[in-house]
Amino acid sequence: MAKRIDVSGLTAFYGNHRAIDDISMTVEPRSVTAFIGPSGCGKSTFLRTLNRMHEVTPGGRVEGKVLLDDENLYGANVDPVAVRRTVGMVFQRPNPFPTMSIFDNVAAGLRLNGKYRKNELAHVVEKSLKGANLWNEVKDRLNKPGSGLSGGQQQRLCIARAIAVEPDVLLMDEPCSALDPISTLAIEDLIGELKERFTIVIVTHNMQQAARVSDRTAFFNLSAVGQPGKLIEIDETERIFANPSVQATEDYISGRFG
Amino acid sequence: MSHTLQDKRPAVADDPQGSLSHARMPRWAPLAIAAGSAVLGCLIGLVAGLDSKIQWGLLAALIFIAGTYLITAKVEGPRQAKNQVATSLVWVCFLVAVVPLLSLAWTTVSKGAGVVDGYFLSHSMSGLLDTDEGGGIYHALLGTIEQVAIATLIATPIGLLTAVYLVEYGRGRLSRAVTFFVDVMTGIPSIVAGLFILSTWIVMLDFGFSGFAGALALAILMMPVIVRSTEEMLKLVPNELREASLALGVPQWRTILKVVLPTAIGGITTGVMLAVARITGETAPVLLLVFGTKLINSNPFEGAQSSLPLYVFEQYSVGTDAAVDRAWGAALVLIAFVMLLNLVARGIARWKAPKTGR
Amino acid sequence: METEAAPNDAPPPPTLEHHGASKGPKQIGDRIFLGLSRGSGITLLVIMAAIAGFLSYRAALAISKDETNFLTTFEWNPQGDPSSFGIAVLVYGTIVSSIIAMVIAVPIAIGIALFISHFAPRRLASPIAYLVDLLAAVPSIIYGLWGAVFLVPYLDGLNKWLNEYFAWTYIFEKTNEGIARNLFTVGILLAIMILPIITNVIREVFLQSPKMHEEAALALGATRWEVIRMSVIPFGRSGIISASMLGLGRALGETMAVAVVLSPSFLLDFHILDAGGGTFAQNIAAKFNEANEFGRDALIASGLVLFIITLLVNGAARAIIARRKEYSGANA
Repeated sequence: MAKRIDVSGLTAFYGNHRAIDDISMTVEPRSVTAFIGPSGCGKSTFLRTLNRMHEVTPGGRVEGKVLLDDENLYGANVDPVAVRRTVGMVFQRPNPFPTMSIFDNVAAGLRLNGKYRKNELAHVVEKSLKGANLWNEVKDRLNKPGSGLSGGQQQRLCIARAIAVEPDVLLMDEPCSALDPISTLAIEDLIGELKERFTIVIVTHNMQQAARVSDRTAFFNLSAVGQPGKLIEIDETERIFANPSVQATEDYISGRFG
Repeated sequence: MSHTLQDKRPAVADDPQGSLSHARMPRWAPLAIAAGSAVLGCLIGLVAGLDSKIQWGLLAALIFIAGTYLITAKVEGPRQAKNQVATSLVWVCFLVAVVPLLSLAWTTVSKGAGVVDGYFLSHSMSGLLDTDEGGGIYHALLGTIEQVAIATLIATPIGLLTAVYLVEYGRGRLSRAVTFFVDVMTGIPSIVAGLFILSTWIVMLDFGFSGFAGALALAILMMPVIVRSTEEMLKLVPNELREASLALGVPQWRTILKVVLPTAIGGITTGVMLAVARITGETAPVLLLVFGTKLINSNPFEGAQSSLPLYVFEQYSVGTDAAVDRAWGAALVLIAFVMLLNLVARGIARWKAPKTGR
Repeated sequence: METEAAPNDAPPPPTLEHHGASKGPKQIGDRIFLGLSRGSGITLLVIMAAIAGFLSYRAALAISKDETNFLTTFEWNPQGDPSSFGIAVLVYGTIVSSIIAMVIAVPIAIGIALFISHFAPRRLASPIAYLVDLLAAVPSIIYGLWGAVFLVPYLDGLNKWLNEYFAWTYIFEKTNEGIARNLFTVGILLAIMILPIITNVIREVFLQSPKMHEEAALALGATRWEVIRMSVIPFGRSGIISASMLGLGRALGETMAVAVVLSPSFLLDFHILDAGGGTFAQNIAAKFNEANEFGRDALIASGLVLFIITLLVNGAARAIIARRKEYSGANA
């Protein structure tokens, strides 16, 4: 069940350094929202505040509110473990567990969350691998290690692993930056399918990719190196790329900096 | 979809909030449980009349772990409970290990400090019976310093050059064989090294016990350690430096001497000092080869010598209070010496650490 | 590029011999320097060969005069008439004390390593790691002294308690009246000694465990313990094994700590709380002073056995490390 994300007044720190400052935005359910911006603008940091992964980094600290539907992720009694279970994440470099088989990789999240019967587990694994467009490629070698797959397959395996636990939101941190163009295309197609079921937020360095896959685009920028990153604007992707309301966005998109 | 979430994670019935939050233990809870189980353990121990403190401790530890699990499982759920128990166990491991090690340090310092003074450091056991009071470690100190110095003089050049060979020249069968046997040599028990020198130097060549014989065994123990650490350090020297120097037409041996070794010198020094620290405390080969004496013998090449670790062993074996006190005094001097070497070595490593990071 | 600081896994930096070769005939300085360093390497090989050769030779001399079976005799009397000595008790004592040490030290070392790498507050972690480093350097004779003076009386109580409640296990039954100078105490002392060494190696391995796999587990909603179970421990498994082997090698060959603590006897006794027993290294240290030349050869023979055992243990450790290198190399 895809959920809406409402961020208000969110500031994230590394120790005393303010990485992103006072960000507010809304992410619509069942849509793809892309974050773009120059390196160091804090878009990945912001993404990681959405499933409380930022605080895993030494010195990481967050102020502000993130509402998932109506529940504040940073509320007093909220368990970050439950948050991460509900908000899935796919990383820049494919990171299947090297010691686990393909099957076990997909089942890893399920096994954490309770006991499943064998056929039940097999059913969910198959469904998730199909959902990640990987089933046909791996159905004959589910017991082989996941690290034997190609980079693009590994990344889709990671997506299968993330969607197997049926999260409400799927965060993707530059999921294609380590992949070749064909694998990238496969992942982009997959994102188009997944948005029917999940709220998807994707960080990307590649503006064409943002234009291709996203419904809405948020542009982040920083005024100078060492300054905190800020949200410049968020709008329909078509508008951002055709007719942004802020000059800096247009400069960035037309390749004048960044 | 997310109904599975609610299914698998039975929310506490009266939880007013959503599925993401549940009742959580306060931060001080583990400490409170620890204190509670300690008290309980002691109480049970007292009531049941168990006399060994270890039983009290075991009881308290068991109560602590069971209590942590049960309370956390009740409040936060079984997964969090497992996590909490693992955290507690890891802390317990740490504390369990700290206790004997602190005890060792404390015993050595407290028993040794009363013994060590100027007289103790500057006198030998000459003219004293083992059971007499007084006496000192001067002869042992002298012996240790001479033996370790000789061992270092033998092992360092061989070790350094071997490492240079392996890193700068080494290819092919010979270097693979050397690498393999350096590994093998690292694992030689010190007493075996002692036996080897015994069977060659003393039994076969008929040289008699001497500080030098001990130093030979110590050198054998020291070489692989130096090769290993120097190798690691030389591998850290960036190849660009070598290439830059060679491109200027500097011959390879001068490149190694003037560019590679100076770049790595900090790490190499650290490695050598750590190796020195390690062999300083070796007792077994010294026991077999140096033989021990009460007298000052400043000539390491002739006649029995003493050494600090051997002195500790001998004095402990005598068993009288005065002798055991002397053993503690010598142990304190020995440990201080080894720790000082370690601290200085690590200081050099930090000070000379490559500035580039990687 | 290969020039990066090489962790153990990386191939060694390529050597630069070809640069010299491209400049025509080698300079005389180069030849001398190469000769010296190659000579040192060869010296090392010669020493190793000599150790193996001489020990085997003297051992063969001794064993050939042994009137009883060297492997199964419960006695050490090489100078007697007839000469009779065997290593059965020593093998037993060495293995039992080392096993006790491993059973205690390895889990605790894993715990401390996890504490340093994943649980301790950051401000505490590096001083503790530093302290463990220092403790690994404490000379073994000092552990022995502490063990004999402090640990033995302290463990008397534990021995009585174990005997009282666990005598039915047979191994914890105490059948003689001696104080705790037994294999059990030796095992505990060896555990304390090898703990810092094992901890250091395991800690290094855990610290290298890839962040991205830990994050993958976290992002699936794993608790800290589950993260460790899913990514840190599997990654570190071979490291744990090889660290344990290293510690085992140390425990097998430890001389002084055992010689000081154990009250030796040449009885094969499966009651580990009974005072007595012996280990290879301890036996050599204890019997050396009263040995004549033949007695020394007999001790050398037992030393050779110890040497072979430690070689096997270290070889196994290295084989495991090497296999892991291949494994991670294939996935890089």
